[in-house]
Amino acid sequence: MLIALFADIHANRQAFAACLAHARELPAQRIVLLGDYVGYGADPEWTVLTVMDLIDRGALAVRGNHDTAVGDPRETLNVEAQVVMEWTRGELGIAEGRFLSELPLTLIDADRLYVHADATEPGRWRYIKDADDAGRSMNATSARITLCGHLHRPGLYTIGSGGGVTAFRPIAGTPIPLLAGRRWLAVLGSVGQPRDGNPAAAYAVLDTERHELTFCRVPYDFDEAGRRIRAKGLPAWLADRLARGK
Amino acid sequence: MAKPLLEIGATIDGFRIEERVHEGGMASLWRVTRPDLGEPMLMKVPKIAEGGDPAAIVSFEMEQMILPRLAGIHVPKTVAVGDFAVQPYIVMEQLPGRSLYHRLGELPLPYDEVAATGTKIAAALDDLHRQHVIHLDVKPSNIMFRPTGEAVLLDYGLSHHEQLPDLMKEEYRVPFGTAPYMSPEQLLGIRTDRRSDLFALGVLLYFFSTNLRPFGESESMSGMRRRLWRDPPPPRQLRPDYPAWLQEIVLRCLEIEPAWRYPTAAQLAFELSHPDQVKLTKRSERQKRDPLSIVLRRRFNKEIARSITEPAAIAPIAAAPIVAVAIDVTDGSLQLNDALRTTAGRILATLPSARLACLNVLKVGRVTLDSTLDEEGHNKQIERLVALRHWAEPLGLEQHRLTVHVLEGTEPANAILEFARANRIDHILIGARQDSLLRNLLGSVSAKVAAEAPCTVTVVRSARFGDTATPPA
Repeated sequence: MLIALFADIHANRQAFAACLAHARELPAQRIVLLGDYVGYGADPEWTVLTVMDLIDRGALAVRGNHDTAVGDPRETLNVEAQVVMEWTRGELGIAEGRFLSELPLTLIDADRLYVHADATEPGRWRYIKDADDAGRSMNATSARITLCGHLHRPGLYTIGSGGGVTAFRPIAGTPIPLLAGRRWLAVLGSVGQPRDGNPAAAYAVLDTERHELTFCRVPYDFDEAGRRIRAKGLPAWLADRLARGK
Repeated sequence: MAKPLLEIGATIDGFRIEERVHEGGMASLWRVTRPDLGEPMLMKVPKIAEGGDPAAIVSFEMEQMILPRLAGIHVPKTVAVGDFAVQPYIVMEQLPGRSLYHRLGELPLPYDEVAATGTKIAAALDDLHRQHVIHLDVKPSNIMFRPTGEAVLLDYGLSHHEQLPDLMKEEYRVPFGTAPYMSPEQLLGIRTDRRSDLFALGVLLYFFSTNLRPFGESESMSGMRRRLWRDPPPPRQLRPDYPAWLQEIVLRCLEIEPAWRYPTAAQLAFELSHPDQVKLTKRSERQKRDPLSIVLRRRFNKEIARSITEPAAIAPIAAAPIVAVAIDVTDGSLQLNDALRTTAGRILATLPSARLACLNVLKVGRVTLDSTLDEEGHNKQIERLVALRHWAEPLGLEQHRLTVHVLEGTEPANAILEFARANRIDHILIGARQDSLLRNLLGSVSAKVAAEAPCTVTVVRSARFGDTATPPA
């Protein structure tokens, strides 16, 4: 089975649509959504409705920190995100807001754990930035493969029988064998706001038969996504960063 | 789940175990058969018993990741891979014959045989490097030859794949490799430099041509580290008849600084197969090792130590291509030859590690030449070599970046194509003759080369003078 995984869509309609189309071509048989559907981007309503529709058709989804902030003003965000969040709350209907707040923080699917950030305490939204962070998160779960996002930069980590953690910066389009004798943690790049210097939208595909994970990059119309951010009166800096992927 | 027993007659995933052919420190090799597969096969099984070397597992995992991703004639074909959850194994093609290790008793080998063997190994390394893999354990026991002559590289347990996680690096902070063949940078823990394989091949060439290992056999850390500052005795000191060109090549492979070695395995193969064109430097003349004053300075020169520990940006293979340019020095038009030089100059200016091979085809008749004609042919050869050098002169290339070759053949296109295949040429530049009666009669050489070449071909045309714009249709 091919599972398409999407993290940090952040209301970027153009990026999400491009990734979904890319995954449909494969074709991916299952969709997994790893949180942060809103925030930063100009299309929160379309994005949340799309996520709801995908779940109706069998997709799995967990909740991110921005999704939590929609219904919980105590959830702290950075200044730009805060501005966008106030606007986002006014864009989403009550049903959509409730849908987001009721999403689970983690999901177990066979030998896989889906979570938005560090699995140690999912509600604390800690980043997984290095081998130490990844080792801590992997040791907090019995799942063989952890798939998460939150950082907006792709990374892959593994622990073998010796206990040491190997960190790896994945290369887009190259399938990586997730060897059965090891445990793995993948940090996905962001669909809607990549921050690794490459403006193309990021998602990943897991082949459960071949045990291979492929990090994918999909070009999309970031000019249009940026225009929409400006048109909604949101901070222009958020539009500019899409073109730079920073 | 009970583990299937590894014993003769047992069957694992349909593979019947026939006999044990090798027992190594990290893995054992078994000959296996399967009713639906006729080819000879080997099953490699790691040693993961209690108290075993934990590196054996990681090294086997690396090979499990890398080997199935490799293709081509220079690697053993992967047949099947067994899961670690049940019984870890790799089943691969069994090659006929024995490894190069079995020839150690015949050393030293004749110089031309060393060069021919080295060319084959360098070609295999070039193929491997282009598949993003650095072998990191090049030594005689890991090299075999197909009946058709191509070198095959075995054992990827210590290898590095540029596009896959490097489990060896992160799990074990000590250098892995085979002591006599390990490069200085490998000793310092760097696993990402493809020129480490050229160093190991240099050790092999030195050993095979002198019957001495250039850095001895010490396996202690201090003994191995000596190669960070101590140069080996020049081969000419050991064998007075040692050819200067071979010493030049071998000592260049053994440079402490990776950047002073050849940039690619393909360029090393090219040098080994054209001894008469090797640019001889001071290296080729060396009669004895560097004096102690230099060695001591090198040893305590912290700058050198630092530059080698910080992996510098290594230019991709594509930045060090071998470019071949076909020049018609007899009846080629001046404008066309100028245009070819301009195009070649642009490529060589942007890629400082690129080298240029200038080709000219001397057409020979289909019948065997008698001795008088042979004499004449020899003169023609020299005439054309001189003309090629004259053509290349304005490019102002350093000598080691330029070679000239007069090829003989009945068909110019075939001669060029054959040269490109044999020398792993990356890019051919060839001129298109225009409005030539000959071309109409004989067909276009450039069209045939462009259609059949194993690499990129640029067909160059000289500017047309006095042309009018084509009227709109």
